[in-house]
Amino acid sequence: MTKTEIRRPGEPVPSFPQDRTCPYQPPKAYTEWRGDAPLTQVTLFDGRPAWLITGHAEGRALLADPRLSSDWGHPAFPVVVRRTEDRAGLAFPLIGVDDPLHARQRRMLIPSFGVKRMNAIRPRLQSLVDRLVDDMLAKGPVADLVSAFALPVPSMAICELLGVPYDDHDFFEESSRNFVGAATSAEADAAFAELYKYLHGLVVKKQAEPQDGLLDDLIARQLEEGGLDHNEVVMIAFVLLVAGHETTVNAISLGALALMQHPEQIEVLLEDPGAVSRVVDELLRFTSVSDYMVRMAKEDIEVGGTTIKAGDAVVVSITLMNRDAKAYEDPDVFDARRHARHHVGFGHGIHQCLGQNLARAELEIALSTLFTRIPGLRPAVPLDEVPIKAGHDAQGPVELPVTW
Amino acid sequence: MRITIDRDRCIGSGQCAMTAPGVFTQDDDALVTLVPGYEEGTEDPRVHDVPMACPVQAVEIHED
Repeated sequence: MTKTEIRRPGEPVPSFPQDRTCPYQPPKAYTEWRGDAPLTQVTLFDGRPAWLITGHAEGRALLADPRLSSDWGHPAFPVVVRRTEDRAGLAFPLIGVDDPLHARQRRMLIPSFGVKRMNAIRPRLQSLVDRLVDDMLAKGPVADLVSAFALPVPSMAICELLGVPYDDHDFFEESSRNFVGAATSAEADAAFAELYKYLHGLVVKKQAEPQDGLLDDLIARQLEEGGLDHNEVVMIAFVLLVAGHETTVNAISLGALALMQHPEQIEVLLEDPGAVSRVVDELLRFTSVSDYMVRMAKEDIEVGGTTIKAGDAVVVSITLMNRDAKAYEDPDVFDARRHARHHVGFGHGIHQCLGQNLARAELEIALSTLFTRIPGLRPAVPLDEVPIKAGHDAQGPVELPVTW
Repeated sequence: MRITIDRDRCIGSGQCAMTAPGVFTQDDDALVTLVPGYEEGTEDPRVHDVPMACPVQAVEIHED
């Protein structure tokens, strides 16, 4: 089968990505792409055609397939977001490289994100979350749940883990947002340069005065012994700091919003402490904060009777995989009692989210504490007035006014 | 039943240890480790979900 046969001749090829209208539901056009075929054709902003993978099983197989590349530095790597149009050879560690380089970098970092380590920091996360709820209650309604709660939780957590001083949070929260939310390459480059300069200075300072954190460990075990050079340490710090800021904030605020819009599901969250991790998984499935993953085919790959050719752009729709009726019954229903096994909210394959165990701990503690301590928490504006991020960005509210 | 693990493939996601704690754990490098005594399998039904939960197919269950 050739690539044109998946659409009827003359049928327009839709553009990707598109903006959501409801904060936690896919754009209407996306839902129409869920047909019998596990993939469809879309057009990227620069006119390049891409395969959009919509099937859960097929998407998981592809994300685990070494014939798909994540090498952002490749000159023909697809560009989905205008801000990365002029990549200027930026090879982001971890997310933008293939094995074996990826494996070498990831192995250095995984002990810091291991299951035991993450369980050990839960009491610290709990006291941090309690402090933020204390502040919200003391100030009284109305509060912006994003700036008062959903952002400081992951920001403080990743700072502590990395050994980045939280006192500088206004600076790096803003540059991180400017980098990810930039409209043009020039804006993204400027935000990147600012943050790079800051982290470069921090690494130099830490070399002179080591402290206790992941970056200090990397400096002691890798930089000093030649496993990594200075630029690699700074770039790893950049990726982890931005990833820590631009993902969990959305998962907390969008998760809280979905719960507030479905109050009967809050009861499920609160009725049994053992249910919290299951509810969080269902929220990760239902909200799909990271809407898509971009790859490029290195070889021809057969998917559902269609051939993806070597060099083709492949976009894996996390949102549609998580809403595949072949994998989940009534996929568009948020059901806190569901076992949302094998959702791809954290991706799949070698690039599956490095910080997922930290994110899970943050989400479980943040959401259960928030709704336990503030009964009656609800949005202070109608759902259609909650400002949300653009379709190419991580999905979530820009701000979320709440009252109680 | 036999459980085999491939530590070369492992990316330390910890999904095995979360899905079937007590059977799988992580060592100091955060790589998959089978708790001693479980090489020949276990009655714990949760282990059957581990091969699908692992993002890199580092765990296999062989039914003899």
